[in-house]
Amino acid sequence: MNIIIIGCGKVGSELAMQLSQEDHDICVIDQNDSRIRKLTESYDIMGIRGNGCNYAVLQEAGIANADLLIAVTESDELNLLACVIAKKVEKCHTIARVRNPVYEAESDLLKRELGISMIINPELWAAQEMFSVLCFPNAIEVDTFSRGQVQMMRFRIPAGSVLDEMQIKEVSQNLNSNLLICSVESKGEVCIPGGDVVLHSGDIITIFSSRRNALDFFHSIKASKNPVKNTMIIGGGNITIYLARMLTRAGIQVKIIEKDSRKCEALCSVLPEATIINGDGSDKEILKEERIGSMDAFVALTDFDEENILLSLFAQKMVDKKVVTKINRLQLNEVIYNLDLDSVIYPKDITTEKILQYVRAKNNSSGSHIQTLYRINEDRVEVIEFSIKNKSSITNTPLSDLNLKDNIIVASIIRSGKMILPKGKDMILPGDSIIIATTRLGLDDARDIIKN
Amino acid sequence: MNFKMIRYILGNVLKAEGVMLLLPAVVGLLYQEKSTWAFLLCAFLCFLTGFFLSFKKPKNPVFYATEGYVSVALCWLAMSLFGALPFVVSSEIPSFTNALFETVSGFTTTGASILSDVEALSHCMLFWRSFTHWIGGMGVLVFILTILPLRTGSHVYLMKAESPGPSVEKLVPKIQNTSLILYGIYSALTLLEMILLFATGMPLFDAVTISFGTAGTGGFAVKNSGLADYAPHLQNIVTVFMILFGVNFNIYFLMLIRRWKSILKSEEIRLYLGIILASVAVITGYIYNIYGSLSAAVRHAAFQVGSIITTTGFSTTDFNTWPAVPKVILVTLMFVGACAGSTGGGIKVSRLIIFIKSLGTELFHFSHPHGVKKVKMDGNIVSDNVTRSVHTYMAAYILIFVFSLLLISLDNMDFESNFTAIAATFNNIGPGLSAVGPTQNFGFFSNPSKFVMIFDMLAGRLELFPMLILFSPYTYKRC
Repeated sequence: MNIIIIGCGKVGSELAMQLSQEDHDICVIDQNDSRIRKLTESYDIMGIRGNGCNYAVLQEAGIANADLLIAVTESDELNLLACVIAKKVEKCHTIARVRNPVYEAESDLLKRELGISMIINPELWAAQEMFSVLCFPNAIEVDTFSRGQVQMMRFRIPAGSVLDEMQIKEVSQNLNSNLLICSVESKGEVCIPGGDVVLHSGDIITIFSSRRNALDFFHSIKASKNPVKNTMIIGGGNITIYLARMLTRAGIQVKIIEKDSRKCEALCSVLPEATIINGDGSDKEILKEERIGSMDAFVALTDFDEENILLSLFAQKMVDKKVVTKINRLQLNEVIYNLDLDSVIYPKDITTEKILQYVRAKNNSSGSHIQTLYRINEDRVEVIEFSIKNKSSITNTPLSDLNLKDNIIVASIIRSGKMILPKGKDMILPGDSIIIATTRLGLDDARDIIKN
Repeated sequence: MNFKMIRYILGNVLKAEGVMLLLPAVVGLLYQEKSTWAFLLCAFLCFLTGFFLSFKKPKNPVFYATEGYVSVALCWLAMSLFGALPFVVSSEIPSFTNALFETVSGFTTTGASILSDVEALSHCMLFWRSFTHWIGGMGVLVFILTILPLRTGSHVYLMKAESPGPSVEKLVPKIQNTSLILYGIYSALTLLEMILLFATGMPLFDAVTISFGTAGTGGFAVKNSGLADYAPHLQNIVTVFMILFGVNFNIYFLMLIRRWKSILKSEEIRLYLGIILASVAVITGYIYNIYGSLSAAVRHAAFQVGSIITTTGFSTTDFNTWPAVPKVILVTLMFVGACAGSTGGGIKVSRLIIFIKSLGTELFHFSHPHGVKKVKMDGNIVSDNVTRSVHTYMAAYILIFVFSLLLISLDNMDFESNFTAIAATFNNIGPGLSAVGPTQNFGFFSNPSKFVMIFDMLAGRLELFPMLILFSPYTYKRC
């Protein structure tokens, strides 16, 4: 596809990299010369300096032949305007990033009236992801498919757990629980496991199951934690507003510590139910004064990644249920992995995930459509939900007879709203949705899961 | 430095050259010449070497700017060495230095020859000489790399190192497609010229070789008299095509996608055509008496101006016998060169524009120490990086030029010959004045001087920096 990206900030650069690696024709537009130079020197893409709302600049970028325009500049209004121009003049599909909470309630209206295909709000999505781990503190990450029917949970096997030294095929037999393990990350190596793989404490495993079964499972391995009742949040940005709203609506108490007194006042007016504290969140005395020790959960949302990491490491000793760390910019995944942080949320990655999902779904005009895409284990595993429309080489055959490629697992089949954890005799039927987990990145057609 | 990756790229380039060496062999078979076997043998050797070098694909494909520059420089050296072999093996040019000079002159599209009797060469050798122009004109690496699957970033560095001009511009997002478009335009124009020349009365072999020479802005002719013996209308066709190949190829792409406004905005093309028109007018005035008729004077003036400014180096007349002013104009044009992004050499019109304009802004800053002024071209601000690279280029250019001049002056030739010999080889033109004039050749220089000029030709074609980086100690130091 021909894709134009306006704005080469964190998200824009990440998108340019990912999409050019998936073999799309990318043209980036930015006002800043050095940002463009850095990108065009590292990836096989074209760069144009200029204002993305300027039609002449868009023409130079090839808007006439573009399939998709993604506007991710700093300014929401600029993004919207660029999308409107592209849509109205060239009938191009558009994606705009709109972050200001003021526009949140109107996002459907904007989409409908302005003809924008997708509005992305990384802060809102990050808040949603944080909310789901806070509701389910056992997991370090929770993702849902098919409107919440299926849950994918990642969690770290605690030391001394019954799962230690257990083979995967024994897990469901011994523990009598209905779930499927679709990826195992052990000492930095990720694999899509067969039944013989042995689990160890400290491994991060990804499980598929319904919410009910997951609770049973955590209970049976004696690792279940009760839902969080109260949360302390450091930093009062957009994510904080979204997250605090969700938490208070769910009846969870929220305490927000923010340095800037003017921001505190603004928070007061939009979050009447939250407790707002004006103070430096990195000050140990303030944290103690606000009784960090009696908190169930702690969320570090300051603007500085390093501060968030350090605060979380400190809080992990004081808070017993859940610590969530936001990381925006740092790319030192290996180091962060070794720090033993509880849940880490990368807003940038969530955005990339959603856009890749959209692009791949559009790119594939055949019978299987991508519904949802998640990238887990530092983007080394992709979990994709396909809706299967027509009869094809993969349907109406028992899974055990399908000649699947290596490193691919069919993690679940969703038939008329019900999840099936697939066994060898199960079949994929037209009309189903299937969820695939794989280390082969870039899949966009469900039929590619079998060997030719 | 990722030497394995450089080795891998080098191997692939040699494999491609092996295939290209088969083409003159086909010509040799058609003419039933005994030099054919030399091409078959060299093609085999070249392909075999390439095959062994590229046999193992490196595990680590990391590739940065240094690797790009070094591999481009090395590939051109290796291609020249293998390209020179057929001349030596068939003993048509027995001296290896001479054969290398001839081949480098071919690949770099210079067209300076050491041969006093071109017509003595067999057809397949003549074909190969001209074909090297065509290969070298557009640059061979970027094309080969479109076929070779590499990590995306590497293409950018290689293209940067091989393409002429102060900054690389892509036509479409992907480099593969960009270079396919460029090669498409290049091939189409070449074919058009061949057809036109053949249809209007040039023998087929001459039409093909002359077209190769024009397309790459090379300048090897297949007759001792250059292009002087061809009919006037054939000379005029060549004039037009030389000027066309000196134009930035982006312009042709913009024509294809009908972006006329962007073409009109290009200052480079306007100045390029302006210089040509002005030079032709002045020279015609001076040489009118020599040729007696206006049409002949214009034809010779236009041909010589087009040939020199695009750095082709064909000639229809011995301009060494012209008065001083036309000669000085021609020597000046040698330094101007063609447009960036064309197949021509020299300093390039766009670089001169930036250079002169930045001189203007510096003068402005003298009278207004706090003034703010930026160099603008085609309505856009030229970034400081580009202006800086232009300044560095000019400094390096002058240093290499003067140093080369000193080295070859040891041969004790007169100043005019020495100066124009370096100007003609460094700017990839071909003929100079006096002892290296259009009817003369470079054979009389001593071997060390020939190697100096071989270096100059390669440095000139690759825009100085790849060759300098190849021999710079910083490149190989770990810190």
